Amino acid sequence: MENFTPFSALAGGVLIGISVTVLLLFNGRIAGVSGILNGLFFASKPDKLWRLLFLVGLVLGALVFQLGVPDFNSPRQHYPLPLLIIGGFLVGFGARMANGCISGHGVCGLANLSLRSLVATCAFMVSGMLTVYIVRHVLELTA
Amino acid sequence: MKNNLMALLSGIIFGIGLSLSQMINPNKVQDFLDITGHFDPSLIFVMIGALSVALVSFKWIRKLSMPLFGGDFQLAKKTIIDKSLIIGGIIFGVGWGMSGYCPGPVVAGLGLFSLESVVMVISICVGFFAYNALFERHK
Repeated sequence: MENFTPFSALAGGVLIGISVTVLLLFNGRIAGVSGILNGLFFASKPDKLWRLLFLVGLVLGALVFQLGVPDFNSPRQHYPLPLLIIGGFLVGFGARMANGCISGHGVCGLANLSLRSLVATCAFMVSGMLTVYIVRHVLELTA
Repeated sequence: MKNNLMALLSGIIFGIGLSLSQMINPNKVQDFLDITGHFDPSLIFVMIGALSVALVSFKWIRKLSMPLFGGDFQLAKKTIIDKSLIIGGIIFGVGWGMSGYCPGPVVAGLGLFSLESVVMVISICVGFFAYNALFERHK
């Protein structure tokens, strides 16, 4: 527990709460990143620009933070590439199948008191924990 | 125009939130999921922080007839708990645990010039296309 950071995590969470509030209050949209990214390819044309701008904002926000506090989040090194390629595919596939990811179900859906989102959130928390157990402690694929 | 600027602003705040909370750090995410090993419960506070704001604001926003900048509210209409929700959630969790990334931090990670983010964005999009090709019909 040497890396326990409850206060910065809470403050970051509050910012995420403000962000999803802004998008819903002004634009009427749910800030679910997988849905927004998917819509970049599959939504109708007039619906694409705001999606692109939200995603650009995500990158800019992280970039600005990184320039301001350079050593806070250093990129991970030497992680097994197959875990990223297969993991990414499953994240994309599963997010479409469940109609949302952590931002869409875990934040917006729960805030909207959706039972579907509660079920989805429980499903990916449990399978995520089992997967990390297998990857780290059974197969020992990561250091 | 106004809507587009708000989308940009919302994204920027989201990106700063992911950075400050360290959701953007895949080791931190995997430590959060590693309840029998290096368990680090910090990220539950991200959810507590986000929900403490959004539960209140969404309740208030739901009383409005339309968004402040016009148009209508586009909320999920489905309410049934079906197999694809549960299986999709499980598949998503496997990928999340394997990689330590979910879609928000992957996109935000491009701002850290993380090579992992580039790999992840591409494979997530391949996952989208695969799902859409198999199960959705598009014009």
